[in-house]
Amino acid sequence: MFRNQYDTDVTTWSPAGRLFQVEYAMEAVKQGSAAIGLRSRTHIVLGCVNKANSELSSHQKKIFKVDDHIGVAIAGLTADGRVLSRYMRNECINYSFTYESPLPVGRLVVQLADKAQVCTQRSWKRPYGVGLLVAGLDESGAHLYYNCPSGNYFEYQAFAIGSRSQAAKTYLERRFENFTDASRDDLVKDALMAIRETLQGETLESSVCTIAVVGVGEPFHILDQGSVQQMIDAFEIVGEQEGPAAEPDAAAGQDASAEPEPEQGAAAGEGVAPMDI
Amino acid sequence: MTKQQANWSPYDNNGGSCVAIAGADYCVIAADTRMSTGYNILTREYSKICKLADKCVMASSGFQADVKALQKQLAARHLIYQHQHNKQMNCPAMAQLLSNTLYYKRFFPYYSFNVLGGLDNEGKGCVFTYDAVGSYEKVGYSSQGSGSTLIMPFLDNQLKSPSPLLLPVQDAVTPLVEAEAVNLVKTVFASASERDIYTGDKLEIVVVTADGIRREYMELRKD
Repeated sequence: MFRNQYDTDVTTWSPAGRLFQVEYAMEAVKQGSAAIGLRSRTHIVLGCVNKANSELSSHQKKIFKVDDHIGVAIAGLTADGRVLSRYMRNECINYSFTYESPLPVGRLVVQLADKAQVCTQRSWKRPYGVGLLVAGLDESGAHLYYNCPSGNYFEYQAFAIGSRSQAAKTYLERRFENFTDASRDDLVKDALMAIRETLQGETLESSVCTIAVVGVGEPFHILDQGSVQQMIDAFEIVGEQEGPAAEPDAAAGQDASAEPEPEQGAAAGEGVAPMDI
Repeated sequence: MTKQQANWSPYDNNGGSCVAIAGADYCVIAADTRMSTGYNILTREYSKICKLADKCVMASSGFQADVKALQKQLAARHLIYQHQHNKQMNCPAMAQLLSNTLYYKRFFPYYSFNVLGGLDNEGKGCVFTYDAVGSYEKVGYSSQGSGSTLIMPFLDNQLKSPSPLLLPVQDAVTPLVEAEAVNLVKTVFASASERDIYTGDKLEIVVVTADGIRREYMELRKD
Protein backbone atom coordinates (compact mmCIF):
# COMPACT_ATOMS: atom_id res chain seq x y z
CA MET A 1 0.00 0.00 0.00
CA PHE A 2 2.66 2.46 1.04
CA ARG A 3 4.69 2.19 -2.09
CA ASN A 4 1.76 3.18 -4.29
CA GLN A 5 2.55 6.84 -3.62
CA TYR A 6 5.79 6.79 -5.60
CA ASP A 7 5.05 4.32 -8.33
CA THR A 8 3.15 6.39 -10.90
CA ASP A 9 6.15 7.50 -12.94
CA VAL A 10 9.35 5.69 -13.73
CA THR A 11 11.09 8.99 -13.11
CA THR A 12 9.93 9.22 -9.51
CA TRP A 13 12.20 7.95 -6.76
CA SER A 14 10.75 6.56 -3.57
CA PRO A 15 12.14 7.86 -0.27
CA ALA A 16 13.94 4.55 0.12
CA GLY A 17 15.78 5.16 -3.15
CA ARG A 18 13.84 2.74 -5.32
CA LEU A 19 12.21 3.06 -8.71
CA PHE A 20 9.03 1.11 -8.30
CA GLN A 21 8.09 1.07 -11.98
CA VAL A 22 11.35 -0.70 -12.72
CA GLU A 23 10.67 -3.19 -9.97
CA TYR A 24 7.17 -3.77 -11.29
CA ALA A 25 8.70 -4.46 -14.69
CA MET A 26 10.88 -7.13 -13.09
CA GLU A 27 7.69 -8.63 -11.65
CA ALA A 28 6.37 -8.98 -15.18
CA VAL A 29 9.37 -11.16 -15.96
CA LYS A 30 8.53 -13.42 -13.04
CA GLN A 31 5.00 -13.86 -14.37
CA GLY A 32 6.12 -15.14 -17.76
CA SER A 33 6.63 -18.83 -18.41
CA ALA A 34 10.03 -20.22 -17.57
CA ALA A 35 13.17 -19.92 -19.64
CA ILE A 36 16.51 -21.48 -18.73
CA GLY A 37 20.04 -21.32 -20.04
CA LEU A 38 23.23 -23.20 -19.28
CA ARG A 39 26.66 -23.30 -20.81
CA SER A 40 29.77 -25.36 -21.07
CA ARG A 41 33.13 -24.31 -22.40
CA THR A 42 32.00 -24.86 -25.98
CA HIS A 43 28.20 -24.90 -26.05
CA ILE A 44 25.23 -23.03 -24.68
CA VAL A 45 21.76 -24.50 -24.43
CA LEU A 46 18.57 -22.44 -24.04
CA GLY A 47 15.26 -23.95 -23.11
CA CYS A 48 11.80 -22.66 -22.43
CA VAL A 49 8.41 -23.88 -21.38
CA ASN A 50 5.74 -23.40 -24.03
CA LYS A 51 2.68 -21.70 -22.65
CA ALA A 52 -0.39 -21.40 -24.84
CA ASN A 53 -3.34 -19.15 -24.03
CA SER A 54 -5.81 -21.94 -24.57
CA GLU A 55 -5.89 -25.44 -25.98
CA LEU A 56 -7.00 -23.98 -29.30
CA SER A 57 -4.14 -21.55 -29.78
CA SER A 58 -0.51 -22.04 -30.65
CA HIS A 59 2.13 -21.25 -28.09
CA GLN A 60 4.19 -18.09 -28.08
CA LYS A 61 7.63 -18.03 -29.59
CA LYS A 62 10.11 -17.38 -26.78
CA ILE A 63 13.41 -18.33 -28.35
CA PHE A 64 14.78 -16.23 -31.19
CA LYS A 65 17.79 -16.61 -33.39
CA VAL A 66 19.68 -13.35 -33.44
CA ASP A 67 22.63 -14.41 -35.57
CA ASP A 68 24.50 -17.60 -36.34
CA HIS A 69 26.40 -17.25 -33.09
CA ILE A 70 23.80 -15.61 -30.83
CA GLY A 71 20.33 -16.60 -29.67
CA VAL A 72 17.99 -15.32 -27.00
CA ALA A 73 15.27 -16.78 -24.77
CA ILE A 74 12.78 -14.41 -23.19
CA ALA A 75 10.36 -14.37 -20.29
CA GLY A 76 7.73 -11.74 -19.61
CA LEU A 77 6.01 -9.52 -22.17
CA THR A 78 6.80 -11.45 -25.29
CA ALA A 79 5.88 -8.49 -27.50
CA ASP A 80 8.65 -6.47 -25.86
CA GLY A 81 10.92 -9.46 -26.34
CA ARG A 82 10.13 -9.65 -30.04
CA VAL A 83 10.94 -5.98 -30.51
CA LEU A 84 14.24 -6.32 -28.65
CA SER A 85 15.12 -9.39 -30.73
CA ARG A 86 14.57 -7.36 -33.86
CA TYR A 87 16.88 -4.68 -32.46
CA MET A 88 19.53 -7.28 -31.65
CA ARG A 89 19.29 -8.79 -35.13
CA ASN A 90 19.74 -5.39 -36.71
CA GLU A 91 22.76 -4.64 -34.56
CA CYS A 92 24.36 -7.93 -35.55
CA ILE A 93 23.69 -7.33 -39.24
CA ASN A 94 25.07 -3.79 -39.13
CA TYR A 95 28.18 -4.85 -37.25
CA SER A 96 28.82 -7.73 -39.69
CA PHE A 97 28.33 -5.37 -42.60
CA THR A 98 30.85 -2.86 -41.30
CA TYR A 99 33.46 -5.14 -39.78
CA GLU A 100 32.93 -8.39 -41.73
CA SER A 101 33.00 -10.32 -38.48
CA PRO A 102 30.44 -11.45 -35.91
CA LEU A 103 29.36 -9.07 -33.17
CA PRO A 104 30.94 -10.06 -29.84
CA VAL A 105 28.22 -11.08 -27.40
CA GLY A 106 29.53 -8.87 -24.63
CA ARG A 107 29.08 -5.80 -26.81
CA LEU A 108 25.54 -6.74 -27.74
CA VAL A 109 24.39 -7.19 -24.16
CA VAL A 110 25.85 -3.83 -23.18
CA GLN A 111 23.97 -2.17 -26.02
CA LEU A 112 20.83 -3.96 -24.92
CA ALA A 113 21.35 -2.92 -21.32
CA ASP A 114 21.89 0.72 -22.31
CA LYS A 115 18.72 0.60 -24.35
CA ALA A 116 16.83 -0.73 -21.34
CA GLN A 117 18.31 1.94 -19.10
CA VAL A 118 16.99 4.71 -21.33
CA CYS A 119 13.48 3.53 -20.59
CA THR A 120 14.10 3.91 -16.88
CA GLN A 121 14.97 7.58 -17.18
CA ARG A 122 12.36 9.06 -19.53
CA SER A 123 8.99 10.11 -18.22
CA TRP A 124 7.28 9.31 -21.51
CA LYS A 125 8.59 5.76 -21.67
CA ARG A 126 8.14 2.60 -19.68
CA PRO A 127 10.69 -0.12 -18.96
CA TYR A 128 10.70 -3.21 -21.19
CA GLY A 129 8.75 -5.92 -19.38
CA VAL A 130 10.94 -8.77 -20.49
CA GLY A 131 14.00 -10.60 -19.21
CA LEU A 132 16.41 -11.92 -21.80
CA LEU A 133 18.76 -14.85 -21.58
CA VAL A 134 21.34 -14.12 -24.27
CA ALA A 135 23.42 -17.09 -25.38
CA GLY A 136 26.39 -16.41 -27.61
CA LEU A 137 29.70 -17.66 -28.83
CA ASP A 138 32.57 -15.39 -29.70
CA GLU A 139 36.34 -15.38 -29.75
CA SER A 140 36.51 -15.32 -25.99
CA GLY A 141 34.35 -18.42 -25.62
CA ALA A 142 30.82 -19.40 -24.77
CA HIS A 143 28.70 -16.88 -22.86
CA LEU A 144 25.32 -16.73 -21.19
CA TYR A 145 23.99 -13.38 -20.06
CA TYR A 146 20.82 -12.26 -18.36
CA ASN A 147 19.46 -8.80 -19.24
CA CYS A 148 16.94 -7.22 -16.83
CA PRO A 149 14.35 -4.55 -17.49
CA SER A 150 16.35 -2.41 -15.06
CA GLY A 151 19.23 -2.15 -17.49
CA ASN A 152 21.48 -4.48 -15.52
CA TYR A 153 23.09 -7.49 -17.02
CA PHE A 154 24.98 -10.39 -15.53
CA GLU A 155 26.94 -13.29 -16.90
CA TYR A 156 25.98 -16.76 -15.74
CA GLN A 157 27.12 -20.35 -15.94
CA ALA A 158 23.45 -21.29 -15.77
CA PHE A 159 20.28 -19.41 -14.98
CA ALA A 160 16.50 -19.64 -15.03
CA ILE A 161 13.88 -16.91 -15.23
CA GLY A 162 10.09 -16.74 -15.27
CA SER A 163 7.47 -18.52 -13.24
CA ARG A 164 8.57 -21.49 -11.11
CA SER A 165 12.15 -20.78 -12.15
CA GLN A 166 13.34 -21.25 -8.55
CA ALA A 167 12.86 -24.99 -8.93
CA ALA A 168 15.05 -24.98 -12.02
CA LYS A 169 17.61 -22.75 -10.32
CA THR A 170 17.86 -25.18 -7.43
CA TYR A 171 18.53 -28.01 -9.84
CA LEU A 172 21.11 -25.94 -11.74
CA GLU A 173 22.86 -24.90 -8.53
CA ARG A 174 23.26 -28.56 -7.65
CA ARG A 175 24.70 -29.46 -11.03
CA PHE A 176 26.48 -26.38 -12.39
CA GLU A 177 29.98 -27.47 -11.45
CA ASN A 178 29.68 -30.26 -14.01
CA PHE A 179 28.67 -27.97 -16.84
CA THR A 180 32.00 -26.48 -17.93
CA ASP A 181 33.33 -29.74 -19.32
CA ALA A 182 30.02 -31.41 -20.11
CA SER A 183 29.37 -32.72 -23.60
CA ARG A 184 26.75 -31.09 -25.80
CA ASP A 185 24.27 -33.90 -25.29
CA ASP A 186 24.72 -33.90 -21.53
CA LEU A 187 24.11 -30.18 -21.52
CA VAL A 188 20.84 -30.65 -23.42
CA LYS A 189 19.87 -33.38 -20.98
CA ASP A 190 20.52 -31.05 -18.06
CA ALA A 191 18.42 -28.38 -19.75
CA LEU A 192 15.54 -30.83 -20.12
CA MET A 193 15.87 -31.86 -16.49
CA ALA A 194 15.83 -28.23 -15.41
CA ILE A 195 12.71 -27.62 -17.47
CA ARG A 196 11.11 -30.65 -15.91
CA GLU A 197 11.69 -29.10 -12.50
CA THR A 198 9.61 -26.08 -13.46
CA LEU A 199 6.79 -28.24 -14.73
CA GLN A 200 6.33 -29.58 -11.20
CA GLY A 201 4.65 -32.85 -11.88
CA GLU A 202 3.46 -32.38 -15.46
CA THR A 203 4.86 -34.86 -17.95
CA LEU A 204 7.88 -33.61 -19.80
CA GLU A 205 7.42 -34.01 -23.52
CA SER A 206 8.57 -32.14 -26.59
CA SER A 207 5.26 -30.35 -27.09
CA VAL A 208 5.59 -28.39 -23.84
CA CYS A 209 9.16 -27.24 -24.25
CA THR A 210 11.54 -25.77 -26.80
CA ILE A 211 15.30 -26.31 -26.82
CA ALA A 212 17.92 -24.38 -28.78
CA VAL A 213 21.67 -24.94 -29.00
CA VAL A 214 24.65 -22.89 -30.11
CA GLY A 215 28.25 -24.03 -29.93
CA VAL A 216 31.61 -24.35 -31.57
CA GLY A 217 30.97 -25.54 -35.12
CA GLU A 218 27.23 -25.44 -34.52
CA PRO A 219 25.29 -22.31 -35.50
CA PHE A 220 22.36 -21.31 -33.32
CA HIS A 221 19.31 -23.38 -34.12
CA ILE A 222 16.15 -24.57 -32.42
CA LEU A 223 15.94 -28.35 -32.11
CA ASP A 224 12.94 -29.89 -33.81
CA GLN A 225 10.27 -31.61 -31.78
CA GLY A 226 11.21 -35.08 -32.99
CA SER A 227 14.81 -34.82 -31.79
CA VAL A 228 13.76 -33.37 -28.47
CA GLN A 229 11.28 -36.15 -27.86
CA GLN A 230 13.92 -38.72 -28.74
CA MET A 231 16.25 -37.18 -26.22
CA ILE A 232 13.57 -37.13 -23.56
CA ASP A 233 12.90 -40.80 -24.19
CA ALA A 234 16.60 -41.67 -24.29
CA PHE A 235 17.30 -39.99 -21.00
CA GLU A 236 14.07 -41.36 -19.55
CA ILE A 237 13.17 -38.06 -18.01
CA VAL A 238 9.44 -38.48 -18.01
CA GLY A 239 7.69 -37.03 -14.94
CA GLU A 240 6.36 -39.38 -12.27
CA GLN A 241 2.75 -38.33 -12.76
CA GLU A 242 1.29 -39.99 -15.80
CA GLY A 243 -2.43 -39.14 -15.95
CA PRO A 244 -4.75 -40.40 -18.72
CA ALA A 245 -4.35 -37.05 -20.48
CA ALA A 246 -0.65 -37.69 -20.84
CA GLU A 247 -1.12 -40.81 -22.98
CA PRO A 248 -2.55 -39.25 -26.18
CA ASP A 249 -0.26 -36.27 -25.68
CA ALA A 250 2.78 -38.51 -25.41
CA ALA A 251 1.68 -40.37 -28.54
CA ALA A 252 1.36 -37.14 -30.47
CA GLY A 253 4.68 -35.87 -29.14
CA GLN A 254 6.55 -39.04 -30.06
CA ASP A 255 5.28 -39.08 -33.61
CA ALA A 256 8.31 -37.47 -35.17
CA SER A 257 6.95 -37.30 -38.70
CA ALA A 258 3.70 -35.49 -37.89
CA GLU A 259 4.13 -31.86 -36.90
CA PRO A 260 1.09 -30.86 -34.86
CA GLU A 261 1.97 -27.20 -34.60
CA PRO A 262 2.14 -25.60 -38.05
CA GLU A 263 4.19 -22.64 -36.93
CA GLN A 264 7.01 -24.98 -36.06
CA GLY A 265 6.59 -27.10 -39.17
CA ALA A 266 8.01 -24.74 -41.75
CA ALA A 267 10.48 -27.46 -42.75
CA ALA A 268 8.26 -28.66 -45.58
CA GLY A 269 9.39 -25.97 -48.04
CA GLU A 270 12.57 -26.32 -50.06
CA GLY A 271 14.17 -23.11 -48.91
CA VAL A 272 14.19 -23.59 -45.16
CA ALA A 273 16.31 -20.86 -43.67
CA PRO A 274 18.65 -21.83 -40.88
CA MET A 275 16.65 -19.29 -38.88
CA ASP A 276 13.83 -21.61 -38.01
CA ILE A 277 13.80 -25.12 -36.54
CA MET B 1 34.66 30.56 -69.73
CA THR B 2 34.30 26.77 -70.18
CA LYS B 3 32.60 24.63 -67.56
CA GLN B 4 35.06 22.98 -65.19
CA GLN B 5 35.44 19.29 -65.86
CA ALA B 6 36.02 16.66 -63.24
CA ASN B 7 39.65 15.66 -62.96
CA TRP B 8 38.78 12.51 -61.04
CA SER B 9 36.20 9.78 -61.60
CA PRO B 10 34.65 7.79 -58.79
CA TYR B 11 34.36 4.84 -61.16
CA ASP B 12 36.76 2.39 -62.74
CA ASN B 13 36.07 -0.54 -64.99
CA ASN B 14 37.65 -3.81 -63.90
CA GLY B 15 36.49 -5.61 -67.02
CA GLY B 16 35.47 -9.22 -67.40
CA SER B 17 32.46 -11.08 -68.73
CA CYS B 18 29.54 -12.93 -67.18
CA VAL B 19 27.11 -15.42 -68.66
CA ALA B 20 24.08 -17.24 -67.35
CA ILE B 21 21.97 -19.93 -69.01
CA ALA B 22 18.73 -21.36 -67.63
CA GLY B 23 17.64 -24.94 -68.14
CA ALA B 24 14.56 -26.98 -67.27
CA ASP B 25 15.89 -27.98 -63.85
CA TYR B 26 19.29 -26.26 -63.62
CA CYS B 27 20.96 -22.93 -64.11
CA VAL B 28 24.54 -22.28 -65.20
CA ILE B 29 26.23 -19.05 -64.15
CA ALA B 30 29.76 -18.34 -65.30
CA ALA B 31 32.30 -15.54 -65.25
CA ASP B 32 35.98 -15.17 -65.97
CA THR B 33 38.34 -14.46 -63.09
CA ARG B 34 40.44 -11.67 -64.54
CA MET B 35 40.39 -8.29 -62.82
CA SER B 36 41.96 -5.45 -64.78
CA THR B 37 42.32 -1.69 -64.75
CA GLY B 38 43.15 0.17 -67.92
CA TYR B 39 45.57 -2.05 -69.87
CA ASN B 40 46.90 -3.75 -66.75
CA ILE B 41 45.90 -6.89 -64.95
CA LEU B 42 45.31 -6.55 -61.22
CA THR B 43 44.79 -10.25 -60.56
CA ARG B 44 44.05 -13.43 -62.48
CA GLU B 45 42.01 -15.05 -59.72
CA TYR B 46 39.14 -12.81 -58.69
CA SER B 47 35.66 -14.29 -58.40
CA LYS B 48 32.82 -12.23 -59.82
CA ILE B 49 30.24 -14.76 -58.72
CA CYS B 50 28.36 -14.45 -55.44
CA LYS B 51 25.87 -16.81 -53.84
CA LEU B 52 22.98 -14.70 -52.59
CA ALA B 53 20.66 -17.50 -51.44
CA ASP B 54 20.49 -21.28 -51.52
CA LYS B 55 19.13 -21.31 -55.05
CA CYS B 56 20.18 -17.90 -56.28
CA VAL B 57 23.57 -16.84 -57.65
CA MET B 58 24.69 -13.53 -59.09
CA ALA B 59 27.56 -12.74 -61.44
CA SER B 60 28.57 -9.11 -61.93
CA SER B 61 31.11 -7.35 -64.07
CA GLY B 62 32.04 -3.68 -64.03
CA PHE B 63 33.52 -1.78 -61.10
CA GLN B 64 34.29 -4.48 -58.54
CA ALA B 65 34.25 -2.12 -55.55
CA ASP B 66 30.63 -1.28 -56.37
CA VAL B 67 29.96 -4.96 -57.03
CA LYS B 68 31.31 -5.87 -53.59
CA ALA B 69 29.22 -3.16 -51.91
CA LEU B 70 26.14 -4.34 -53.80
CA GLN B 71 26.74 -7.97 -52.78
CA LYS B 72 27.07 -6.95 -49.12
CA GLN B 73 23.85 -4.92 -49.28
CA LEU B 74 21.94 -7.83 -50.77
CA ALA B 75 23.36 -10.27 -48.22
CA ALA B 76 22.30 -8.04 -45.32
CA ARG B 77 18.82 -7.52 -46.77
CA HIS B 78 18.52 -11.26 -47.31
CA LEU B 79 19.34 -11.90 -43.66
CA ILE B 80 16.59 -9.51 -42.62
CA TYR B 81 14.18 -11.30 -44.96
CA GLN B 82 15.10 -14.64 -43.40
CA HIS B 83 14.49 -13.27 -39.90
CA GLN B 84 11.08 -11.94 -40.91
CA HIS B 85 9.83 -14.79 -43.09
CA ASN B 86 11.62 -17.83 -41.67
CA LYS B 87 12.80 -18.94 -45.09
CA GLN B 88 15.29 -18.07 -47.80
CA MET B 89 14.38 -15.69 -50.60
CA ASN B 90 13.49 -17.37 -53.87
CA CYS B 91 15.13 -16.28 -57.10
CA PRO B 92 12.34 -14.05 -58.48
CA ALA B 93 12.11 -12.25 -55.14
CA MET B 94 15.86 -11.68 -55.09
CA ALA B 95 15.61 -10.44 -58.67
CA GLN B 96 13.15 -7.75 -57.63
CA LEU B 97 15.26 -6.86 -54.59
CA LEU B 98 18.31 -6.41 -56.80
CA SER B 99 16.38 -4.20 -59.16
CA ASN B 100 15.13 -2.00 -56.32
CA THR B 101 18.57 -1.81 -54.75
CA LEU B 102 20.11 -0.67 -58.04
CA TYR B 103 17.42 1.94 -58.70
CA TYR B 104 17.80 3.27 -55.18
CA LYS B 105 21.10 4.68 -56.43
CA ARG B 106 19.67 5.94 -59.68
CA PHE B 107 21.59 9.23 -59.40
CA PHE B 108 24.93 7.76 -58.34
CA PRO B 109 24.67 4.24 -59.71
CA TYR B 110 26.43 1.04 -58.82
CA TYR B 111 28.71 0.53 -61.82
CA SER B 112 27.74 -3.09 -61.86
CA PHE B 113 26.40 -5.15 -64.76
CA ASN B 114 24.63 -8.16 -63.32
CA VAL B 115 23.18 -11.45 -64.30
CA LEU B 116 21.19 -13.31 -61.70
CA GLY B 117 20.64 -17.04 -62.08
CA GLY B 118 18.98 -19.75 -60.06
CA LEU B 119 15.93 -21.92 -59.61
CA ASP B 120 12.46 -20.55 -59.10
CA ASN B 121 9.94 -21.95 -56.63
CA GLU B 122 9.04 -24.79 -58.98
CA GLY B 123 12.64 -25.81 -59.51
CA LYS B 124 12.90 -24.48 -63.04
CA GLY B 125 15.98 -22.55 -64.07
CA CYS B 126 15.66 -18.79 -64.40
CA VAL B 127 18.01 -16.02 -65.47
CA PHE B 128 17.51 -12.30 -64.94
CA THR B 129 19.60 -9.69 -66.70
CA TYR B 130 20.12 -6.10 -65.55
CA ASP B 131 21.50 -2.78 -66.54
CA ALA B 132 23.36 -0.54 -64.08
CA VAL B 133 20.23 1.15 -62.72
CA GLY B 134 18.00 -1.84 -62.20
CA SER B 135 16.06 -2.36 -65.39
CA TYR B 136 15.63 -6.12 -65.55
CA GLU B 137 14.02 -8.89 -67.49
CA LYS B 138 13.59 -12.61 -67.07
CA VAL B 139 15.30 -14.40 -69.94
CA GLY B 140 16.50 -17.85 -70.88
CA TYR B 141 20.14 -16.76 -71.14
CA SER B 142 22.19 -13.59 -70.98
CA SER B 143 25.69 -12.17 -70.89
CA GLN B 144 27.09 -8.93 -69.45
CA GLY B 145 30.47 -7.26 -69.33
CA SER B 146 33.29 -6.46 -71.70
CA GLY B 147 32.89 -9.66 -73.71
CA SER B 148 29.10 -9.53 -73.94
CA THR B 149 29.14 -8.03 -77.45
CA LEU B 150 31.06 -11.08 -78.62
CA ILE B 151 29.18 -13.62 -76.53
CA MET B 152 25.56 -12.55 -76.85
CA PRO B 153 25.18 -12.96 -80.63
CA PHE B 154 26.63 -16.45 -80.37
CA LEU B 155 24.20 -17.39 -77.60
CA ASP B 156 21.33 -15.97 -79.66
CA ASN B 157 22.38 -18.14 -82.55
CA GLN B 158 22.64 -21.29 -80.44
CA LEU B 159 19.76 -20.89 -78.04
CA LYS B 160 17.07 -19.11 -80.03
CA SER B 161 15.05 -17.82 -77.13
CA PRO B 162 11.52 -16.99 -78.30
CA SER B 163 10.53 -13.35 -78.22
CA PRO B 164 8.36 -12.32 -75.26
CA LEU B 165 6.25 -10.38 -77.73
CA LEU B 166 5.03 -13.51 -79.46
CA LEU B 167 1.68 -15.03 -78.70
CA PRO B 168 1.00 -17.59 -77.30
CA VAL B 169 3.51 -16.83 -74.58
CA GLN B 170 6.40 -19.25 -74.80
CA ASP B 171 8.75 -20.32 -72.05
CA ALA B 172 12.01 -18.45 -71.73
CA VAL B 173 13.80 -21.66 -70.83
CA THR B 174 16.47 -23.37 -72.91
CA PRO B 175 15.90 -26.95 -74.07
CA LEU B 176 19.50 -27.95 -73.27
CA VAL B 177 20.81 -30.62 -70.97
CA GLU B 178 23.03 -29.42 -68.13
CA ALA B 179 26.22 -30.88 -69.64
CA GLU B 180 25.49 -29.24 -73.00
CA ALA B 181 24.93 -25.88 -71.35
CA VAL B 182 28.23 -26.12 -69.45
CA ASN B 183 30.03 -27.01 -72.68
CA LEU B 184 28.44 -24.11 -74.47
CA VAL B 185 29.60 -21.76 -71.73
CA LYS B 186 33.16 -23.06 -72.02
CA THR B 187 33.11 -22.64 -75.78
CA VAL B 188 31.74 -19.15 -75.52
CA PHE B 189 34.38 -17.96 -73.04
CA ALA B 190 37.18 -19.56 -75.00
CA SER B 191 36.02 -17.55 -78.02
CA ALA B 192 35.57 -14.32 -76.11
CA SER B 193 39.06 -14.64 -74.60
CA GLU B 194 40.53 -14.67 -78.11
CA ARG B 195 39.41 -11.16 -78.98
CA ASP B 196 38.44 -9.39 -75.76
CA ILE B 197 41.55 -8.32 -73.88
CA TYR B 198 39.69 -8.00 -70.61
CA THR B 199 38.43 -11.58 -70.62
CA GLY B 200 40.67 -14.53 -69.87
CA ASP B 201 42.85 -16.30 -67.26
CA LYS B 202 40.32 -18.66 -65.76
CA LEU B 203 36.65 -19.45 -66.09
CA GLU B 204 34.53 -20.06 -63.02
CA ILE B 205 31.32 -22.01 -63.63
CA VAL B 206 28.60 -22.40 -61.03
CA VAL B 207 25.73 -24.82 -61.61
CA VAL B 208 22.59 -24.57 -59.48
CA THR B 209 20.42 -27.66 -59.30
CA ALA B 210 17.90 -29.13 -56.91
CA ASP B 211 20.76 -31.00 -55.25
CA GLY B 212 22.64 -27.82 -54.53
CA ILE B 213 25.41 -25.74 -56.00
CA ARG B 214 28.40 -27.13 -57.90
CA ARG B 215 31.52 -25.23 -58.90
CA GLU B 216 33.85 -25.92 -61.81
CA TYR B 217 36.93 -24.18 -63.27
CA MET B 218 38.54 -24.06 -66.68
CA GLU B 219 41.75 -22.42 -67.81
CA LEU B 220 41.52 -19.64 -70.38
CA ARG B 221 44.10 -17.73 -72.39
CA LYS B 222 46.36 -15.68 -70.18
CA ASP B 223 47.25 -12.96 -72.73
